[in-house]
Formats: sequence, structure tokens, C-alpha cells
Amino acid sequence: MAVGGGFWHTGATVSKTKTESGGNPLIRVENLTKTFDQFTAVKDITFQVDSGEIFAFLGPNGAGKTTTIKMLTTLLRPTSGRIDLDGFDPWVKQREARQRFGIVFQDPSLDGEQTAYENMELHGILYHIPHKVRHERIEELLKLFELWERRKDLVKTFSGGMKRRLEIARGFLHTPKILFLDEPTLGLDPQSRNQLWNHVKALNASEKTTVFLTTHYMDEADRVAHRIAIMDHGAIVAIGTSAELKAKTNTDSLEAAFLALTGESLRDEAANSADQMRRFAQMWQRR
Amino acid sequence: MGAIYIMWLREVKRYFRSRAQIIVSLGQPTLYLLALGFGFGPVFAKAGGGNYIQFMAPGVIGMTVLFSSIFSGMAMLWDRQFGFLKETLVAPVPRFNIILGRTLGGATVAMLQGLLMLAVCLIAGFRPVYGHAPGAPATYHWLALPVSLIFVAMIAIVFAAMGASIGSSIKDMQGFQMLMNFLVLPIFFLSGALYPLKNLGPVMTWLTRFDPLTYGIDGLRGLLIGNWQFPLTLQASFLLDFGLLVVLAMVFLSTSAWLFSRIEV
Repeated sequence: MAVGGGFWHTGATVSKTKTESGGNPLIRVENLTKTFDQFTAVKDITFQVDSGEIFAFLGPNGAGKTTTIKMLTTLLRPTSGRIDLDGFDPWVKQREARQRFGIVFQDPSLDGEQTAYENMELHGILYHIPHKVRHERIEELLKLFELWERRKDLVKTFSGGMKRRLEIARGFLHTPKILFLDEPTLGLDPQSRNQLWNHVKALNASEKTTVFLTTHYMDEADRVAHRIAIMDHGAIVAIGTSAELKAKTNTDSLEAAFLALTGESLRDEAANSADQMRRFAQMWQRR
Repeated sequence: MGAIYIMWLREVKRYFRSRAQIIVSLGQPTLYLLALGFGFGPVFAKAGGGNYIQFMAPGVIGMTVLFSSIFSGMAMLWDRQFGFLKETLVAPVPRFNIILGRTLGGATVAMLQGLLMLAVCLIAGFRPVYGHAPGAPATYHWLALPVSLIFVAMIAIVFAAMGASIGSSIKDMQGFQMLMNFLVLPIFFLSGALYPLKNLGPVMTWLTRFDPLTYGIDGLRGLLIGNWQFPLTLQASFLLDFGLLVVLAMVFLSTSAWLFSRIEV
């Protein structure tokens, strides 16, 4: 994708060059593997994410990005390997780990039958945020993400972009040390994507929140991430800054570098029954 | 505590927000009460059973609570499909608190539905009487209404917890429909909600005694119209029904907590 470098590289810290992690790793992953029956989704991956950095996972469908995130966020037990998240093994010390991260899942995870404010409130209570701080912070985040005017509306009446913004605002609510964003801009228009990344970058700068994201959009990774790991068939095939990846593959865009590293064959997306369920639920007017 | 409260509150809020559903879900029990109550009434009276509406009212109240509570648990299936479940799975609180809050919320909603059904029954002519022989002048025991709430609550908790166990284990709609046909409806039909459980064949007797709802309906009917199915004293009947329901509630609560704690996404 031919994107003007000047426009995308507006962030002051983005051009920082760093291949190996500096002094202060927040996440350390060593030889992590996940096997489902016969299929190995993640194969022996090792990497670090530094405190305060924006780290991107790029990869085709089925590369193992989401599986890796699930293992980092206590939702899946690794088959083998080691994860250290701010000093805790996510599977063993689930509660400690959970208090430290926020996550925006690939699929929505809001409660459509509650208002925006109630969704935030529920999250704040689950994450033990004291009453006073909770209300201040909800107001601050809803205003930042331009949802304050709609706080009393049920989330099911929101557009896709608004729901995403609310999820990301919610992810920041308990001031996590690290925020996981699993394809947060899927299905959003360019305006929403642009605005969303501006917010994420602003909060990364102001609250020093480390951000771990996955995306299909090369330009996004190029624009916001300090370092990028490219994953394919369950393994990390390259890791470094955008400039380093381009240099390594002798290409002039991240997209070309990506294709050079992962090949051009198509990947099949795993089928799911969510759409069928939605129709069924509508039929019964459950939501 | 915060997690239990907020999950409970979520269920209760959803209930008050879907007013249409409150009315709709009373439709089926009301239909049973009126159509079967007045339809079979003459036959029931001729067979010496007394007033069938009187007999059926505790049954349809139990039915309302059963359906409402068990579906509240199974609604986790929707939360799974629409993603909200994940928000609660990664929260830094014990999963037991999440499932307990949900279950108590579902049980609260089911109790409210049971109360509304009781009101419908009273409108349809049901009166709480104790030991009222056919033909004798009726003495109403209004105090029986609040006391019988104990059994409304127990039915609600037992089946909300059972529903939560099911909701934690099934993942798709096919499973849901199978459970509906092979679990929920048999629980209802074998509970004695619609017919007396005395003088049944041995197989039917055994089946009905394995049905948790049997004891809830028996407790309700015993307290409301003085009609207990086991030949025991009032106190013994009460303790048998209540004790069994408490045990079942603990079993299902533990089961749901265990199953919910094992969910991986």
C-alpha cells in the first residue's frame, strides 16, 4: 500500500528504532506452543514486549495471532512454553494477570442490553475500581472517545464504530499496564480507524499503557507500532521495526515486506456459527 | 461482593427493561391454567379431586418459575455467542462470584415472574385454603401466600443453577433445543404440576420422584391448599421438600461453578 510516510509517521516516538527489546520487558514469551488435537496453532514462539511500547502482530488468517493473545490473557492453557506477564504466569496467577491487562476482543464483547455507562460501570466494579475514581474515569474516557452524549443509550443502538470505541474506552478503564487489541479496526471506515488509533496513541503516550495489537491493515501497523512481529503458520517469521522489516526483505512498503515473508497463497478462514445464532436470536427476539 | 452484585443487577435490569417479554412469558402458564383448568375441571371434580383450578394454581406457578429460571441460566449461550461472556471470563474476580451473581439474578427474576403468576391465579379464582373439604365453607389462609414464597425461591434457585450448569457446557443451538425437549418439558410434565402423583404406576412414581420440581410443587401445593403428596405430618413434609431442594440447590450451584470455571474460549 503506497502510503505517504509523512502522514503516517506523525507520532514522535514512532520512528524510534529498536529490534531487540530494551531494558524493561513487560511480557516475555519463551518457546510458547499450543496444540489442538492434531493441529499446532502456535509453534515454539519466543518474543518480548517492552513496557510502554506499541507492539503489533501481523499475519494472515489462521496464523495463530488470536491463539497467542488468548494464551497471554488467561483464556487458553499453553501446551508448552513459558509466559511472563509483568512477573506473573497468566495461567497460574490468573487473577493477578487479569488485573494487569485490558483486552478488546476480535468479536464484540459488550452487553447490548445495557447502556454505555452501565457497561463501563460493570467493568469498573469487576476490576475493583473504587467508586469515586470509577465515576471520574468513566466520564473522562467516555468524553475522550466522544461517547459521553450517548452514555444513557443502550449499546445495541450504537454503530459499529461507536461500539469499538466503547470497547477500547472500557479496556483502558482500569488503567491496565497493557492493552491487547485483537483486530480492533475490523469493519470500520477509514475515519473511524484513524480516530481510533489517534486515541490509542494518545493514551499510550499519556498513561504509558503498553499496547499489543493484531491487525490485517499494514498501514495501521506501519503507522502506530514501534515494533512488528510477522506471524505465519503458527511461527514468528520476522520481528523488528517497520524500517527493519522493509530493509530485510528489500521492499519499500510494509505490505510488500509482509507478502515477501508470508507468501501470496490464500488462507481459509475458520467457519463459525455466530451468524446463524444471530438469526436465531432475532427470531426469538432475545436481543 | 461487587462482582456478585453487579452480575445480579444486570439480570434484574434486563428483566425490567423487557416488559413485553414479562407479559409474553406469562402467556403459556395462563393458557394452561385457563384451558386445562376450566377444561378438565368437571372431570377432575367428578373424580373426587375437588376444584381443579385450586389444584393447578401451585402447578402453573411452579411452571412459570421453572421456565423462567432455567432459561435465565441457558441465556449464557447468548452471552457466549454475542461475546459478553468473554468480558466476564477475563475479569480479575473468582468465576464463582460471576456465576453466583448471574444465578441469583436469574432466580430473582424467576421469583418475580412466579409472583405475577400467583396474581393471575388469584384473578382466575384461586384462593389459598387449608384442609378445605369440597362443599364445606371455605376459610382462606392468606398467610400461606408469603410462606409459600420459600418454595418459589427454592425452585428458582435450583433451576437457575441447573440452567447455569447447562449454559456453561452447551455451545450451540442444537444442544439447546434437545435439552428443551428432553429435559425441561419432562421436568415439567413429571412434576405433578398438572395431575396428582398419588396412585400412579411404579415406573411413573419413580420417575416423578427423580424430578426435582416434584418437591417444589409439593411444597407449594401443601402450603397453599394443604394437599401434600407424601403421607407424613405437615412438618415432616415441609422438611422433606425443603431439605431436598436445599441439597439440590447446593449440588447444582457447585456443578455450575465447576463447569463455568473450566470454560476456555
